[in-house]
Amino acid sequence: MVRKVKADPKGVLEGPHFMDGDHALAEGALAAGCRFFAGYPITPSTETAERFAERCPEVGGLFIQMEDEIASVTALIGGAWGGQKVMTVTSGPGMSLMLENIGLACMTETPMVIANVQRGGPSTGLPTLTAQQDMMQARWGSHGDYRVIALAPDSPQECFDLAIEAFNLAETYRVPVLIMTDETVGHMHEKVVIPPASEIEVVERNWYTGPKDQYKPFKFGAENYMPGPMVKIGDGYRFHITGLVHDERGYPQASVEAGKINITHLIEKIDSNRDKIVRFEADQLDGAEVVVVSYGITSRIAIKAVMDARKEGIKTGNFRMITCWPFPEKQIREIASKVKAIVVPEINYGQMVLEVERMAAGKCKVISVNSTGGAVHDPNEILAAIKEGRS
Amino acid sequence: MNVNANANFAQDNPMSQFLRMERMPHIWCPGCGIGTVVTAFAEAVKKSGLDLDKIAIVSGIGCTGRTAGYVKLDSFHSTHGRAIPLATGLKLANPEMKVVVFSGDGDLTSIGGNHFIHAARRNMDITVVCVNNFTYGMTGGQMTPTTPHTANASTTPYGNYEYPFSLPFLADACGATYIARWTSLHARQISGSIKEALNHKGFSFVEVIAPCTTLYQRRNRLGDGLDALEYYQNDAEIAHGLDTRQVDIDYQGKIKVGKFVEKQKPTYLDNVNQHYAQVIGDEYELYGKTTPEKEAEAKAKAESAAKGAV
Amino acid sequence: MMEVRFSGFGGQGIVRCALITGKAISLYDDKYATMTQSFGPEARGGACSSQLVVSENRVLYPYVTVPGVLVALSQEAYNKYEPELGNGGILIVEQDLVKQKPDTGRVQIFPIPATRIAEELGNRLFANLVVIGFFAAVTKCVTPDAVKKALPELVPGRFLKANMQAFDKGYAYGNDLMATKAGADKMAEVCEAVE
Repeated sequence: MVRKVKADPKGVLEGPHFMDGDHALAEGALAAGCRFFAGYPITPSTETAERFAERCPEVGGLFIQMEDEIASVTALIGGAWGGQKVMTVTSGPGMSLMLENIGLACMTETPMVIANVQRGGPSTGLPTLTAQQDMMQARWGSHGDYRVIALAPDSPQECFDLAIEAFNLAETYRVPVLIMTDETVGHMHEKVVIPPASEIEVVERNWYTGPKDQYKPFKFGAENYMPGPMVKIGDGYRFHITGLVHDERGYPQASVEAGKINITHLIEKIDSNRDKIVRFEADQLDGAEVVVVSYGITSRIAIKAVMDARKEGIKTGNFRMITCWPFPEKQIREIASKVKAIVVPEINYGQMVLEVERMAAGKCKVISVNSTGGAVHDPNEILAAIKEGRS
Repeated sequence: MNVNANANFAQDNPMSQFLRMERMPHIWCPGCGIGTVVTAFAEAVKKSGLDLDKIAIVSGIGCTGRTAGYVKLDSFHSTHGRAIPLATGLKLANPEMKVVVFSGDGDLTSIGGNHFIHAARRNMDITVVCVNNFTYGMTGGQMTPTTPHTANASTTPYGNYEYPFSLPFLADACGATYIARWTSLHARQISGSIKEALNHKGFSFVEVIAPCTTLYQRRNRLGDGLDALEYYQNDAEIAHGLDTRQVDIDYQGKIKVGKFVEKQKPTYLDNVNQHYAQVIGDEYELYGKTTPEKEAEAKAKAESAAKGAV
Repeated sequence: MMEVRFSGFGGQGIVRCALITGKAISLYDDKYATMTQSFGPEARGGACSSQLVVSENRVLYPYVTVPGVLVALSQEAYNKYEPELGNGGILIVEQDLVKQKPDTGRVQIFPIPATRIAEELGNRLFANLVVIGFFAAVTKCVTPDAVKKALPELVPGRFLKANMQAFDKGYAYGNDLMATKAGADKMAEVCEAVE
């Protein structure tokens, strides 16, 4: 059951601001009711942690700088079962460290929000320069079969908006939600309008209210695989959760059958609800010869290229993924069946383009416009690919 | 044993209030020391008079790490080494709880060593119980950071050439404010120390030296569980208040036991609140309430205001 | 659309220049502004810079490509960024700190002794506000009202008044210069016509 309430005004810094994406993430989290942040500083995400640390005592929140990213994300699991809405923020190297316990959060169906302000990799890479190189890691990084939700904001304003959305999705589906932003969006300042609390809808945790002795931390057979309600420690339920394959009681079950039920649930609670989760922006897809599919900061550069192409008389559509995971499969499949080519610019060596190719399944050309990281595209590179796609 | 007898066993067992009897039998080997520590823990909780609903237990991975799965409390079986950060999250999100970490030497001080160090440094108000059996039992008897010099383990088949950690010394150096050590022979004392640790405000650490009969004992030809207890009987020396620099354990050498450290120091959360109250003043609001709690409070407030109006 | 680069050395308030101007434009002048800055080792030693892209419509490409305006408050910044300034662009220089190349007419040069003016106001730290005032007068990119609305929260409260004064001084200095320049240009035109 999804329970929506108005945001607590205490966390809402209402009004227009000139703010960078990192700060906007923290403000979005506070507006969403997050009062627990455990993190470890890493460029280019540190400003979010700093902002949260600064705002915490004003809003009745708690910030702890943990000893590393592993501790940070694990503390979130404790924080969430302690009753709080929780968040951390990191970049590539920290994300790599978090992955094992993101798996634990998936397995224990613990809601949390993790922002990855992407920088160039691999390894220490380009700490101060932009990238979109962790998109596949976001989806596949932890071991085993699982699903997460990942969103990609294109501006500081959207960092704020999607932070709230991320918490709402995390609570609705009891899943870690990743905000896959990047150094450019994280560090650039733009106008961010924070609406009054009365206009912000926040999904409350689905608290269990039934008899104490009948509580089960998990529910596997519900309609659309929607997860069951949660409780918090100290309320007398004396529940158990584990990273092992488990039954609805949370008790370990080392059997093939139990694994099938448990894992199917983790996958299906996202896949079955894909249409409800996926958000995107589409512009002039009808009659388009070529469609540019992009996300995050690259989608802004893409619009520039699309406008240039239209000026040259090329019927060009634009599709911006706001949700990257789950992937907008249906939408891309439909586009692929109608166009000559799909152009996919990304600040990486080609990651989400693999999903686009999978959906296109040979029905149209798929052109990857790579950038090895460090800088956003030159719009002309995308324009050239659009022209190539039409020919 | 028929089904009814089984049911009676579950009902009649003195531990039935404390254990998830439906999960019995447990996985621990005959002669293993972990069960003794769990029993002592149960005893300590009982004697402490604490509300069982207000205690959470967190384990990592390993034989001792299975404890959280058997204990009928709010219980978390986390990943390898990460019990302490999970416990930290629980405690900070819900400060009214007593949070206990129950794990093994490898889990807490090898893969989880960094978290141990920092929780002690912060004087995080949690209790850490470490069953130290000098080895990774679940994975087949490999060397851990506490395996004594020269002892044989599956990854040191020619004997251990590393220097081991002395855990009370490590905890002390990092800032722990309560430190005790016993062996699994000292059931009553373990229970006493855990009770004190539960009532202690700050990072409390109780180490229990215990036998891994299947691997450590056998691999080192040290006999069975009984032989281990005999060793403890002969070589454990009670030395309350002993300087933790003097409590390291040589292979089959003397084991200093007792309460080494007990001191008062503001906890992490004490410091958070005191510091903010000092620098921010009256506007500072202690955090930690969920929306239903806030709503309940607001409702109660409104009701009492309405009553006042009448 | 206008691309602006503020540059100088660390401690001159270069990032603050772009923050104040960007906030003023996007919150109070009803235009769009996107601000970026250099991070890491590049931002520490030597030439430090911050950038603004200003537009009537939403800014899509967030970085400056060919700046139309360059504010250079140090020699190193001038040396590094002047060649990148577009032809016909506006170059604002701190005249006491920057020794310029001979004027070839490639760009329009607007010199100001900002540090000296700030020192006359009591503190050289106000130089960046003098520059913003001057920038506003010369480029008309931002209105004085908007800058004054943007200032609180971006400068320490106790220095708010002094910063406002610094802005006014720079703005007045800029207007005077523009008037003189306009006069000079008109005179040149008249002379040309007479000839």
